[in-house]
Amino acid sequence: MTAEPRLVEVRKNVLKHNDVLARALRERFREAGVVAISLVSSPGSGKTAFLEKTLTLLQSRYRVAALVGDLATENDAVRLARSQAPVKQIITGTVCHLEAAMVQEALDGWDLHHLDFLFIENVGNLVCPSSYDLGEDLRLVLLSVTEGEDKPLKYPTIFNSADVAVITKSDLAAAVEFDETAARRNIQAVRPGMRVLKLSAKTGEGMPLFVELLQEHRLRTRSAAAVRI
Amino acid sequence: MHELSIALSIVDLACAEAESHGAPGVEVVYLKLGPLSGVAKEALLFSYEIACQQTPLEGSKLLIEEVPIVVNCPLCRERRSVQSMQSLCCAECGTPTPEILEGRELMVTALELRL
Repeated sequence: MTAEPRLVEVRKNVLKHNDVLARALRERFREAGVVAISLVSSPGSGKTAFLEKTLTLLQSRYRVAALVGDLATENDAVRLARSQAPVKQIITGTVCHLEAAMVQEALDGWDLHHLDFLFIENVGNLVCPSSYDLGEDLRLVLLSVTEGEDKPLKYPTIFNSADVAVITKSDLAAAVEFDETAARRNIQAVRPGMRVLKLSAKTGEGMPLFVELLQEHRLRTRSAAAVRI
Repeated sequence: MHELSIALSIVDLACAEAESHGAPGVEVVYLKLGPLSGVAKEALLFSYEIACQQTPLEGSKLLIEEVPIVVNCPLCRERRSVQSMQSLCCAECGTPTPEILEGRELMVTALELRL
């Protein structure tokens, strides 16, 4: 006699393990008073140049550090180390995105209480990172002026998973006839109300506004933490 | 392409559930998939077969239920569908709708266990 298959209800998120680790990381960041910011974008949109500039600007007033994900090389960490901030490379091998476990492992032995801002640069990829929560407080999605204004429409999921859109390489906008109005319209179409910044890591244009945004966020995070205490 | 790692997670989850029920294998995995999960259905189905090899799920089926995006329309004050992923606006009145209620699902809802 063959038994009939039995149907059982499960209702479990497939990425539950990642979500649990991400929640623990978020709690750890909150407890230590550090603001964690992740960066996602396609390869070549200027994440590392933007991050190098950001670290350099923040360095005099805040304690900053960065984790950088890359498939194979340590080039980004070497570049970022020029800012004098502590930087650690996460080499993902064949994995096309960062996961919470990789962030947790990279932070092993770090005392986060000595930090104000922690940046997490994801692998250059506009598809896979959207599924993985890293415990960050703020996710930035970068779009360079050289990529075309319709990127948000082609990759709505990643834009939707982010909190702030950053248009990079603004110094090249005129040369590539970048249509900023269309880009902003497309961003709003896939993520209504999303804050958008336009800047150039090369000339520094727009960087002060970004630093302001970080400071605001830090104050908000700290006052929220104070209320909880 | 991260669907293989997603498929491996599904297999791990299903194996653990089957074991907790004392079942030697799984016939069907029911999965709910939202368009904002970042997972492509076809790539997932392809990866699933590979992920099942030499596990208690070998030969099992993955049945995917694709669920739509549901938002809270600030104007209608109702649960609404959207025009499209490229236009997150209320399908009824056209108002932009930032508040997403459903559409990010990547959830195993049920299993058919082999007994």
